[in-house]
Parts: sequence; C-alpha cells; structure tokens
Amino acid sequence: MDETVAEFFKRIILKIPMTEMMTILKTWGFLSENQLQTVNLRQRKESLVQDLVLLCEEKRASLNDAALLDIVYTQFHRHQKVWDVFRMSKEPGEDSDLFDMEQFKSSFKKILQRALKNVTVSFRDAEENAVWIRIAWGTQYRKPNQYKPTYVVYYSQTPYAFTSSSRLRSNIPLLGQTFETHNSTTPLQERSLGLDINMDSRIIHENRIEKERVQRVTEETFGHYPQPRLEFAQYKLETKFKSDLNGGILAEREEPLRCLIKFSSPNLLEALKSLAPAGIADAPLSPLLTCIPNKGMNYFKIRDK
Amino acid sequence: MSVLRPLDKLPGLNTATILLVGTEDALLQQLADAMLKEDCASDLKVHLAKSLPLPSNVTRPRIDLIVFVVNLHSKYSLRNVEESLHHVDAAFFLGKVGFLATGAGRESHCSVHRNTVAKLAHTYRSPLLFCDLEVEGFRATMAQRLVRMLQICAGHVPGVSALNLLSLLRSSENPSLEDL
Repeated sequence: MDETVAEFFKRIILKIPMTEMMTILKTWGFLSENQLQTVNLRQRKESLVQDLVLLCEEKRASLNDAALLDIVYTQFHRHQKVWDVFRMSKEPGEDSDLFDMEQFKSSFKKILQRALKNVTVSFRDAEENAVWIRIAWGTQYRKPNQYKPTYVVYYSQTPYAFTSSSRLRSNIPLLGQTFETHNSTTPLQERSLGLDINMDSRIIHENRIEKERVQRVTEETFGHYPQPRLEFAQYKLETKFKSDLNGGILAEREEPLRCLIKFSSPNLLEALKSLAPAGIADAPLSPLLTCIPNKGMNYFKIRDK
Repeated sequence: MSVLRPLDKLPGLNTATILLVGTEDALLQQLADAMLKEDCASDLKVHLAKSLPLPSNVTRPRIDLIVFVVNLHSKYSLRNVEESLHHVDAAFFLGKVGFLATGAGRESHCSVHRNTVAKLAHTYRSPLLFCDLEVEGFRATMAQRLVRMLQICAGHVPGVSALNLLSLLRSSENPSLEDL
C-alpha cells in the first residue's frame, strides 16, 4: 500500500472516537467480520490504529476505500460541519427529466475530472435517494489534498444539495456547473404514469385527449418522482348536513354530523396518484387529498366555517 | 345527441371491431391485450372508451359489438355505464351488446350488488358475463369468449348471427330472472 494512503488511513482512524470505532468500521464494511474480531479495542489507540492499518494493507485497501471510510466518519459527524444549501432552479418551460443515479454519478465525476485533472471523487448512497459525494481537490500539478475534502449531499428527488463549507471557495462554481450540466445532458425519456401507452395499433383509445389531460393534471399535482412513503391519512368530519332539497329530518338537525374516514395503504400517496389514471376517480383530485405533502399533515379535522 | 347505430357504416373487409366501455382504463387495456393475443382469422380492432357518447370528429370503423364493463367495487363505474347506455341505438340490443361485471370474486369489496347488474342486463335484453379481469387466467378465458362473440356479431361465422347467439345465451338464463 502506498505510503500516502497508509498515512491517510492512519489519520482517519485516529479521528474516530473509541466508542464509535466498531460501529463505523462495520458501517464501512470493508474489513471482514473475522478481521474485526481480531481487533483488540482495549489497547492504546496508537497500537489499535497500527493494527487496523495492517489489516487494511492485508486486504489491499485503496485510496477509494479510504475515501469511503472518510465519508462514513463524516456521516456520523455531520453535525460537526457547517453546511450550505443550494437550491436548483429550473428554467421556465423546461421538462424535468427522469433521474438516473448511476448516470448522475458518472457524469458528475467526468465533469470534475475533465475540469481538474487531479481530483478524487467518491460516492456513497444514503437513505432514500440521497447520495454523499466526497471531493478531494488538487491542481494541475499537485495531487489532491485528502485532508480538506468537500462533501456534497444531494437528495435526488429534491432540488436541494448540501455542501460542507470549503476553504477552497473557488471550487463552488465548478460544483454548480456539474449539476447544471448533468440536468441538461440527461436524455429525455418518455414516462407514462401507471399504464403503458399501448403501442398496438389495433387498440384505439377513444378518449385519448381526456386520458392525456388526466395524465397531465396528475403529473402537475404529484410530480414525476416517487411519492414519499405515507401509510395512512385520517379525516375527521364535523359538519352540519347540507342538502339542496328543502326539509327532511337531517336538514333540521342542529348538531353537526360526525364521521371519521381513514385511508391506509403501503404507499398512500402513490395510490392517490394512480387513482385518476386508473379511471377510479376524476382528475383533479380533491384538494383535501392532494394537500397532504404540501401541508405536511395527514390528520385533518373538517369543520363548518 | 350522438347515438351509436349498428348499421350506419359499411363493414371493413374481414374486420371485426369491438368497443369496450368502462371507467377503469387499466382493466380495459389488459382485456384488449388479451383479446389481441388470440389467434383469429378476422382482423380485430379494439376501441376503448371511458363513456359514451364517443368524440364525434373521428372516423371509426363500424362497431360490431359493445361490451359495457362494470366494476362491482365501484358505484361510479355502474353509473357511468347506465348513462352511456342512453347513447346507444335500440338496434344494437339485438345481440350486439354485452355486459361484463368484474370484481365479484372479492365479495367484501363489492358495493354494487350482483342483482343490480343482472337487472340492468335484463332490462336491455343483453347477456351478462362475470369475470374477474384482474386475474390473468380468467381474463384470458373471457378474452377468448369475447373474440368468438365478436366474430359472430361481425358476421364472420357462417350460419350464426348475433341474434341467434343472443337467443342461445338467453335460453340458459336463470328462469327466475325473467320474472323480475
């Protein structure tokens, strides 16, 4: 193993507090169960570090593996960093394209490597659709400095990217470019909601225009991407009976009617999204249903005004 | 008010066209796919519509058979069919209309009673078929039946007309329904 890589490992492992050592190493997943069992956590940290570096050498750990360990450490210590948030804005009239994680990663890396010859880019997928990107910056003549990396956390289903503040401020615009370029080079793919638009010419949809309207309205309401996973929503009704017909027992009732409606599903928002395209409900859906993600609520009380 | 008439157009050469009417597009489409998979001497065409009347500015072939699909789980789908029936000329009901009820297998989900659809079919003197379209095996079998019915209605089966078929189907009906 290269001396610089060994030194890099040493420094990362030294950073890790003893109480977190096993957890972080396990999360990193590079060293095997057997190897981890041979580690003596009771010795002095310096000796422990030496042992671990030897284990890494045995397994021929590379710079990339070290970078991944660094990402894992940072994920556990994210609160120790100061993060800037960037929000991507779309040009009006631009279609949002399907997001392909692998394509994003490869084009991100390519763009940075094309701009600066010496740069280390590493990726680690995180909780739902988020990716942690670690960038170690170099220059044309100098190898990347592994001790001052920038982290970018990108939640692919949102227009937000978080970056750890970097001393090397000049690199921020370059990062911005990688996102821009990525978005515009993703090939446009036709996406049909739920139903496949039938290619068989012997099947004719008489209500094609209406179908397209429903698809459009559904897409406008719910967006292209998978919905956040929600399992139930509850509506409590406390309203007086309203009727067009005059008279009737219920019309005279002073007390509000009480009613509880509970929706449950393995993925409620996806189910709601598929209602109109499947022909089960009219589009647009009631705002009572579609306001759930906006309002961030799933318990509603509906009363007379 | 535009009304579908059975004989207002000339037939296409060896063509048989079925019109499936129902709110649940996904089910209709799957049924259409299943029908087109069948080996058939006639050129089949399947038109899918959510409801009637059909858009008027479109040229379409002569429709040989209309099948109204009702999902027993949805009162909305029944109401939709009931309203669409008003846009069909009486001459169609001489063997060129059928009703298909889906969802009977899941009793607990049914909000439309079987008898309601049975009465509807009886009122319009047309056959009622039951099939859980969500189940692939049942759907394939139903598709075979519909293709056969369609061929007869299009006149592609020598010696059997739509009216013949209708009286054949009618005689096997439960006699107690006749009293309704």
